[in-house]
Amino acid sequence: MYRNLTIRQKQIVWAWAFLAIPILFYTVIRFYPTGNAILISFQDWNLLGDRTWTGFDNYQTLFADPVFWKVFRNTFVYLLIGTPVSLIISFVIAYHLDQVRFMHGFLRMLYFLPFMTSAVAMAWVWRWFYQPVPVGLFNNALASMGIPQFPFLQSTTWALPSVLAPAVWAGLGFQVIIFMAGLRAIPRSYYEAARIDGVSWWTVLWEITLPLLKPTIVFIVVFSSIGFLRIFDHVFNMTTNNPGGPLNSTKPLVLMIYETAFSAFDMGYAAAQTVVLFLVLLVVSLIQLRILRDS
Amino acid sequence: MTFFNVKALAVATATSAAALFSTAAQAVEIEYWQYFFDTRVEAMETLIENFEAANPDITVKMTHFPYADYRTKVAAAIPAGEGPDVVQLFYGWLNDYVAADLIQPLPSDVFPASKIDAEFFPMVQAMKEGDQYWALPTAVRSLALFYNTRLLEEAGVEPPTTLDEMIAAAKAMTKRDGAGNLTQVGMTAGMTAQDHHWWREGLVRQFGGEPYVDDYQTVNYNNEAGLEALNFYSSLFMGDDAVTSIGFMDEPQAAFKAGRAGLHIDGSFRIGSLEGQRGLNWGVTELPATADGTQSNYASYWVNAITTKAEGEKYDAAVKFMEYITGDEAMQVWLDVVGELPAKPSVGMTDENASDPVFGPFIRGLEYAHTTKFANESGQRQVMVEMVERMTLQGMSAEDSLAIAAEAEQKILDDYYKSASN
Repeated sequence: MYRNLTIRQKQIVWAWAFLAIPILFYTVIRFYPTGNAILISFQDWNLLGDRTWTGFDNYQTLFADPVFWKVFRNTFVYLLIGTPVSLIISFVIAYHLDQVRFMHGFLRMLYFLPFMTSAVAMAWVWRWFYQPVPVGLFNNALASMGIPQFPFLQSTTWALPSVLAPAVWAGLGFQVIIFMAGLRAIPRSYYEAARIDGVSWWTVLWEITLPLLKPTIVFIVVFSSIGFLRIFDHVFNMTTNNPGGPLNSTKPLVLMIYETAFSAFDMGYAAAQTVVLFLVLLVVSLIQLRILRDS
Repeated sequence: MTFFNVKALAVATATSAAALFSTAAQAVEIEYWQYFFDTRVEAMETLIENFEAANPDITVKMTHFPYADYRTKVAAAIPAGEGPDVVQLFYGWLNDYVAADLIQPLPSDVFPASKIDAEFFPMVQAMKEGDQYWALPTAVRSLALFYNTRLLEEAGVEPPTTLDEMIAAAKAMTKRDGAGNLTQVGMTAGMTAQDHHWWREGLVRQFGGEPYVDDYQTVNYNNEAGLEALNFYSSLFMGDDAVTSIGFMDEPQAAFKAGRAGLHIDGSFRIGSLEGQRGLNWGVTELPATADGTQSNYASYWVNAITTKAEGEKYDAAVKFMEYITGDEAMQVWLDVVGELPAKPSVGMTDENASDPVFGPFIRGLEYAHTTKFANESGQRQVMVEMVERMTLQGMSAEDSLAIAAEAEQKILDDYYKSASN
């Protein structure tokens, strides 16, 4: 039968044969569990017993839960501080690194190294940096200069920025590399023309570099936003004894989901939180793509 | 969860295919599951070896998982007809496992309730329903006060036996630098470690209260006794003459291990990691009593149970194995290797064990220990953690913080028992 097909039809058959594997994979590993999670969010299930239908109970509990709103706010604080800060820092680094010739490869490697380091190891090292006297690096330095200790992880105000800092640092390497690739892709002739016209450094940056970097910026913004909305490993490892603490001030949505599912074994409630997270990610990504692509 | 079902199905297909091709009439093989902890695995390997030597027709295969995955894997495997015949569970999980039909009661001819009631420490009776036991522990754990011998000598104080002596000793061992920063604490503190057990079942009872009523379904510490217990506990780290601070050296056990803390309340499972710590001379004493001699302690345990998967000859083998691992010999092995205390007074309270300088205080503590029936241990611990944080970070009064904690914990209990009765 295969023999009687035209060449074009044969190509289609082969295309489908190859496509079938990822499609099957995605159906089993992604779509089926996703659908199941949505189903469980309307049920009560402790992982061991039967599942029972509860309608919108889980969602009602969720929206009436003050911890959920606190956590929801934290998640957006991670996003709204983390994304712009890491975007600006990585652009500044990439812009200058691009012009450096001396030990260029070595410097680039130094910036990329944190990205390759295990987040767990990094979080624990920073956790120890932040400890009070006598073990914390930062506080020991402060104390030796006669300055009072700073309550990095022990303060409801400062714990979140303290957790965020290493997370931003860890992601920088990747963003710097992407920015540098974007910068290299801008044709040199534009810059030469600008130099002949004698325009200022600022105009070159504002009128040539940034507009032509737009696709790169869109990619990094969307990518890092999703990353900060899903932040978990840094928070969990820096606050393991009191996850998301103190007083839930660092707890992101993903950590709340993890605790509901695997400490309280309230799978239905955890699934409802997952569905909310999924919708948030979807909406945020769509808005960003819209805003940044237009105009 | 679907992932596990699919995986379990795949494993089931593979093993049943393997079973078809393997020759029959071999020894019965049963599976034993526990979570991974070095010394527990080592002790169980010894027990399995001894058991197989005595029962050549039975082989036992042990599988262990990281603690974090343990419950999920057990729950996914048993309904799929896979997984263990004998399983180790935390006592607090038993209700869920019974309700989900994952374990079966122990046969009353081999494990008569009257015999177990008489032989085991009374806290084990939480595993009893009617005249049948659902599960039995090999070992139990309790709390005691660890002290750093060198720091005590340096300060010229004796190991404390009462709460007042404890405070005095801790004060004598606390050191600060010129700016008033703590560089050595007299005692460790932190609800994230074992202090939440000490506060609930120890301090609250010692100050005349009863932390829970109605079989641990109703919170009962939002009263005078609870407040006194909280005031006592927070006096350790609040105020100008604090003898400790929360989060000193990250974790209480780290501070003690590093020799920067004079006193430290912890469980018997800590013994193993302190032994052989270079430069640290330590001792153990019973939890301090009140001035009038009231003592109270907390005990917990892991139990072994036979799953509903075990049938026929595997069931018989599983019963034999259960009998062995909850027997006297196994308990002594567990004490020697893991450092957990025998679940039977007849083994634990031997002169040698009860007067052991290290195990003795823990074993004597079992006699006045209580076992909290948790609905969600980490959730209920978090309530205690936040009760203290509201006071230290937000300046809330002890009364208000205690009331919020009692309400939050009651909500956890209500949600749990409400959905359990559905």
